Amino acid sequence: MEFGPHLMLAMLEGAVTAAILALTAMGLSVVFGVMRVVNVAHGEFYMLGAVIAWFVAATLGTHPAVGFVAALVIAPLLVGALASLADVLILQRINYDPERTIVATIGLLYILQQGTLMTFGPDARPVEPPFNHRLALPWVEWGEQGLALYWPWGLSITSYKLFVIVAAAAILGALWLFMTRTRAGLVMRATQQDSNMARAFGIPVARVYALVFGLGAALAAMGAVLIVPIQQAHYLMGHDPLLLSFIVVIIGGLGSLPGTIIAAILIGMSDGIISVFFSPTLAKILATLAVAMVLVFRPQGLLGKKAA
Amino acid sequence: MLEVADIHAAYGRVKTLFGVSLSAKPGEITCLLGRNGAGKTTTMRAIMGLLPVSQGSVSLDGTPLHTLPAHMIPRQRIGYIPQGRQLFAELTVAENIEIGLMTCGEGPDTRDWVLDIFPRLRERLRQRAETLSGGEQQMLATARALCLRPRVLLLDEPTEGLQPSMIEEIRQVVLRMKAEGLIVLLVEQRMDAILSMADQVVFLENGQSRENMFGAALRADPEILTRRLGV
Repeated sequence: MEFGPHLMLAMLEGAVTAAILALTAMGLSVVFGVMRVVNVAHGEFYMLGAVIAWFVAATLGTHPAVGFVAALVIAPLLVGALASLADVLILQRINYDPERTIVATIGLLYILQQGTLMTFGPDARPVEPPFNHRLALPWVEWGEQGLALYWPWGLSITSYKLFVIVAAAAILGALWLFMTRTRAGLVMRATQQDSNMARAFGIPVARVYALVFGLGAALAAMGAVLIVPIQQAHYLMGHDPLLLSFIVVIIGGLGSLPGTIIAAILIGMSDGIISVFFSPTLAKILATLAVAMVLVFRPQGLLGKKAA
Repeated sequence: MLEVADIHAAYGRVKTLFGVSLSAKPGEITCLLGRNGAGKTTTMRAIMGLLPVSQGSVSLDGTPLHTLPAHMIPRQRIGYIPQGRQLFAELTVAENIEIGLMTCGEGPDTRDWVLDIFPRLRERLRQRAETLSGGEQQMLATARALCLRPRVLLLDEPTEGLQPSMIEEIRQVVLRMKAEGLIVLLVEQRMDAILSMADQVVFLENGQSRENMFGAALRADPEILTRRLGV
């Protein structure tokens, strides 16, 4: 395949990665933004979403679309509820102390991971996509008779991958509307800015934190449900999303939601393109290098605010 | 009546209040006076539940406040205007007001009432709070507290850093709230404001309340302020 169509293919793969990454990193960013909690167990909530999606689809055993839709509803709800419970039972009790929170979420990471290994097993398990048509894509080239449209061999994407991009954008759009247009979103933003003043105006901050922790985990689970028909569910699948989410959140600016989306697109696209042309390992190395550069030259990230 | 009885409080392990008592009545302005670090702001924060009270009690018309979770205290219609305003800086004026309205379930009538008191805020509803001038920010902090239709208003240095015209505007609002029968608890550094408004003065020293005095007695002998506060 020529370079142009090959690059387009890589960009489409990158867009899928960016879409999932944006969802997963947004969960981490919302949690950090509102609660100032570094959730090291975030990748395991992602993994649980995928595993529950497999379980729901396998249990229902009907048409893949039914199982997928059920998983898209059930997995985020269950994972969100579990995360809220973890917040109430663990994080609230250690008063969100930053150091102890990191240790506690590392503990949670291992509990979730090993618990999944014990129940789900070590095998990777597939979930059938609800639909999966291959769509050939056209390419435009300047020829002897001017611009010509043709269909290069191998330049195609599946309808499901396009759906993943659209669905992730729709979920992020809904999240934006929730945060900016609803009372619950207003309460979360007020709590994010000043939790003490939020208390002084009747906001039950502990309840808000539990909901936000659940929301962050549910976003990761949604990302996982969307990706699990492309990548199989596995008890160790939370590592890469956790690393990439941290990279995205740091580059975007801690707690900045628009920054998170921009950084997810940058990192996701570059991950897709570099993985296609070179290797996935090089993509991770460069992303980590980008974080190092951001920390040195712009510690607040792309859209984060400088510490006062 | 707002009753504060021998409260003790601490920031973490650092004790800052060692026995503060006061009684603030409806329709009166009670001023807390003291040097820097005497415990004025800490007393306000302890009343609001933002600092746990380890000993003593706070009650409003017989209802204990110190046993309530912090977010339930403002729902007793206690409006708090903190030192430095502490607005939700990245929220708009309208959103800051909405947060105030949500506290006690107030609606459009209260919103209109508050915006009638501060008409300048009506022109700035879509502006982020952090972009307002200092005076407008103070108006917004006051408006946000009034959105609770409060029975008690706690004001911590409301005129700090304001120009004279704005100070007078805030003073008029405080006097209006007093006339409407609110319990007003005021921390203020401006001696002229204290002398002109206070019905009762509580002197704090090293985290303890030392002396209560009627405002009239203070106005009769303003030198007391100099002697007590060294100003």
